[in-house]
Amino acid sequence: MDGIHDLGGMSGFGAVEVERDEPVFHERWERRAFGLNVLGLQILRAYNVHEYRHAVERMEPAHYLSASYYERWLTAVASLMVEKGVVTREELERRAGGRFPLARPGVAVAAAAPRPDASAARFAVGDRVRVRDLRTRGHTRAPRYVRGKRGVVARVAPTFLLPDVAGHGARAPHEQTYQIEFAAPELWANEGRPGDTVVVDLWESYLEADA
Amino acid sequence: MNDPRHPKTAAPIAARVAALEDALTDAHLVPDGYLDEATAPMEDALSPRNGARVVARAWTDPAFRVRLLEDGARACAELGYGLPFEESIVILENTATVHNAIVCTQCSCTAWSLLGLPPDWYKSPEYRARLVREPRTLLREMGLDLPEGVAVKIWDTSGETRYMVLPLRPAGTEGWTEEQLAAIVTREAMIGVARVTVG
Repeated sequence: MDGIHDLGGMSGFGAVEVERDEPVFHERWERRAFGLNVLGLQILRAYNVHEYRHAVERMEPAHYLSASYYERWLTAVASLMVEKGVVTREELERRAGGRFPLARPGVAVAAAAPRPDASAARFAVGDRVRVRDLRTRGHTRAPRYVRGKRGVVARVAPTFLLPDVAGHGARAPHEQTYQIEFAAPELWANEGRPGDTVVVDLWESYLEADA
Repeated sequence: MNDPRHPKTAAPIAARVAALEDALTDAHLVPDGYLDEATAPMEDALSPRNGARVVARAWTDPAFRVRLLEDGARACAELGYGLPFEESIVILENTATVHNAIVCTQCSCTAWSLLGLPPDWYKSPEYRARLVREPRTLLREMGLDLPEGVAVKIWDTSGETRYMVLPLRPAGTEGWTEEQLAAIVTREAMIGVARVTVG
């Protein structure tokens, strides 16, 4: 989805503020929100990490930007627990004594058919590739700023579950991943400095050969 | 469809966390003491001191450095780091002509086992939006002015592979022990937004 989470290259953001000697958690509730997600992922196995990331992405854009990191965690975990039928929104709002904003609903994505050729990497280091101009309302890990852009395979990485399918709780194939290096001018035109590069980790089905 | 719910009208965040915690507890889904115990071992185990030790070893042991750059996971395992949260790790070597830095533009992925849980600045929209597009300006604002002759290479953690920068060893540390060196390696240097400096 072309969501608010896909921030790479957006303009208008200001200075990065670094807090000296920052604690791991600033408040008790942050630690508890962290623990609730580990509980959901590892103990209850109520959802997988791809569904979790997608739930964060499905937050209302205004809420996403105004929420702190662990508020996004809490919102995603609560949304998934409601969507999976573990708790209801009404119960959460009654217990919280007020509104409990959740993520917006996702779209349905079908389970993937097994790919007979999944064992062989299609591209090798040095190959020239182009990121396919794919649009989806669902989860993907191809950031907008590389869509349609040309790059070179810098590393052939391991195979991983395809997040575009796994993020919807459907049976996902393992697919080859690659670190693709893009020249800064290819991504940012006149703003990109020749010689500078950005490396993006992409699944094979996001890519096509650049003839 | 949900009604759009503006966050300003929401219950306080601590109350929302408690609501979910209590709902799951009353449904007998939270093992006794779990939320008190679950994060404690992670806070100890997930620390940038781990990455600093790896860097110090790489600075003092050339054969380890080669192994680290070839297969980060295997080399880290030599030092006792099993990397339970990282299925694939790549160590990025800074040189006199290439400077690496790490970001996750779509969320905030990092190598928890080596860098610790990420700091707020790494998770901020400002850092995530700007580093890939205006790395030199942003790094300069953060105190790292890179010379023209150094190429900047930004790694967006968009997949499952995690990264750690192997910074340049600062001059004036000749003869230092591994422990002394590890003590000056910061998380910021291993993310690539700072140099390692002496004193």
